[in-house]
Amino acid sequence: MSTLRPNAGRVALHTFLVLTCLVWLAPLLWAVFASLRGYADTATHGYFSWPSTLTLDNFANAWTQADLPHYYLNTLFVAVPAVLVTLLFSSLVAFVLSRFSFRFNLLLLMLFTAGNLLPQQVIVVPLYRLYLLTPLPGWLSDSGYLLDSQFGLVLIHVAFQSGFCTFVLSNYMRTIPHELTEAARVDGAGVFRQYWQVVLPLCRPALAALATLEFTWVYNDFLWAIVLIQTGDRMPITSALNNLGGQFFTDNNLVAAGSLLAALPTLVVFFALQRQFVGGLTLGSTKG
Amino acid sequence: MRNRNRATALAGGDRLVVALMLGIPTLLHVALVWLPALASVGLSFTEWDGIGGLADIHWVGVQNYVDIFTHYPRFWPALQHNLVWLLFLIVLPTGFGLLLAVLLDRRLRFGALYQSVLYLPMVLSLALVGFIWQLVYQPDQGLLNNLAGLHVNWLGDPDINLYAVLVAAGWRHAGYVMLLFLAGLKAMDPALKEAAALDGANSWQTFWRVTLPVLRPITIIVLVVTVIEALRAYDIVYILNKGRNGLELLSILITDNIIGEASRIGWGSALAVVLLAISLGFIITYLVQVFRREERS
Repeated sequence: MSTLRPNAGRVALHTFLVLTCLVWLAPLLWAVFASLRGYADTATHGYFSWPSTLTLDNFANAWTQADLPHYYLNTLFVAVPAVLVTLLFSSLVAFVLSRFSFRFNLLLLMLFTAGNLLPQQVIVVPLYRLYLLTPLPGWLSDSGYLLDSQFGLVLIHVAFQSGFCTFVLSNYMRTIPHELTEAARVDGAGVFRQYWQVVLPLCRPALAALATLEFTWVYNDFLWAIVLIQTGDRMPITSALNNLGGQFFTDNNLVAAGSLLAALPTLVVFFALQRQFVGGLTLGSTKG
Repeated sequence: MRNRNRATALAGGDRLVVALMLGIPTLLHVALVWLPALASVGLSFTEWDGIGGLADIHWVGVQNYVDIFTHYPRFWPALQHNLVWLLFLIVLPTGFGLLLAVLLDRRLRFGALYQSVLYLPMVLSLALVGFIWQLVYQPDQGLLNNLAGLHVNWLGDPDINLYAVLVAAGWRHAGYVMLLFLAGLKAMDPALKEAAALDGANSWQTFWRVTLPVLRPITIIVLVVTVIEALRAYDIVYILNKGRNGLELLSILITDNIIGEASRIGWGSALAVVLLAISLGFIITYLVQVFRREERS
């Protein structure tokens, strides 16, 4: 047996992977590079030049000029309730579908799964009209309607995302032995207590994975907010970027800094909760 | 259904609780997802500018479809761009993702690091991907032209901007595909590969004859996810130039009827139905694949 050939193979493999990774990182590193350079520097020497100085000014400017804290908060007010209610609703449905066998179980599960796969644009025109026609009390919505309200945005996120989560959670709950809920039932626990105190605590890994994934998705949503929120001030950050592009049009350094700041929360998720994120993605495709 | 899965008799109170647990989320999902989808179909046969209230809706039969297919100059380019998007994503990022998954599915030093780098773009929104790649593609100041010594207007030239955007979209998509295939490969029984090796198969043969057939179910899921992703494409194009000048997509034409210049609801709905018709086949394929697996297990 020659030991040379496998080694040569390994070297080729690593070379290929390192090169691919460098190509993959290049756009991000380029954005980081642009964001760290002063406007005067790039205006005279161009972007493809050795920097005379590096500065964090662009980040500070993007932060204040584009009022980023305000938009982060907007996103937070939408994303936190949306993720929590999505998980609550879909775990309720998944619990019922995995514990009891009704005739319509499979049909209902398919309805949720298929609903989540529809391109959003298929439903957006009538949804917009529905939102425009539905009045809300003033304490729920400044606009007085579902349209242009953060409450409306939360609702559509919950309705749409609960499809995916129901599918994943019902697969997961099916792996939990029926004997557990059966025992709780014999001890006199009602259906809701079986759900809340027996099944749900066992689903913690799946819930953590889904929470991570759903937070990223809701955070990254662009379409719903662009269509259903009309006041620029109420936009979540990803959709507010659209205006940021116009505002900073002439200054790439600011656009780069603003984009990186907007990406920051999802990057934090990526670095801190990588396992949950990957787990959530693959839970949907293989048996949990 | 297995025997112990049978319904336990529900007491009256519990029956109400179960109805609520199931009913409220289902009601919300149906009301905001499926009713609008059906309304799209219904409204596509009407004309309505949305100003005069519901009473102003006129029935026009298939007129919207006829007009869209025969004299709406943006429709065929948009449909064509969607199909190019779909084919591109299916062939390049999906194939590359599979290659990466196969390469990384082994004990490898730095393997986890390579994986992380490759799917890092997954966590970014497509809108942000648009901003980031804009910096790469700029004609004078962009990374690409400066590195390659070219003077190409990557995003401004309607003959090539679609492909430039697709490279950016593929950059984000390949990592996702890699993850899904890696999960499939991890679930594969290692004995299968060992048996193939004992029978004298080389790694190429093992891949085609053993690995790929085992990955078939996950391949179907990857393909459907990819198709849906291609039909949903919107953010990146909207950020770059609002979907004009070579970047028209069906999704853009639809939303132009609510946030754009015209408010033609019947028209926008008819376009949405075209998108629905294309996606429905793939959605059904997905359901069959996924739920057949469920039945078996």
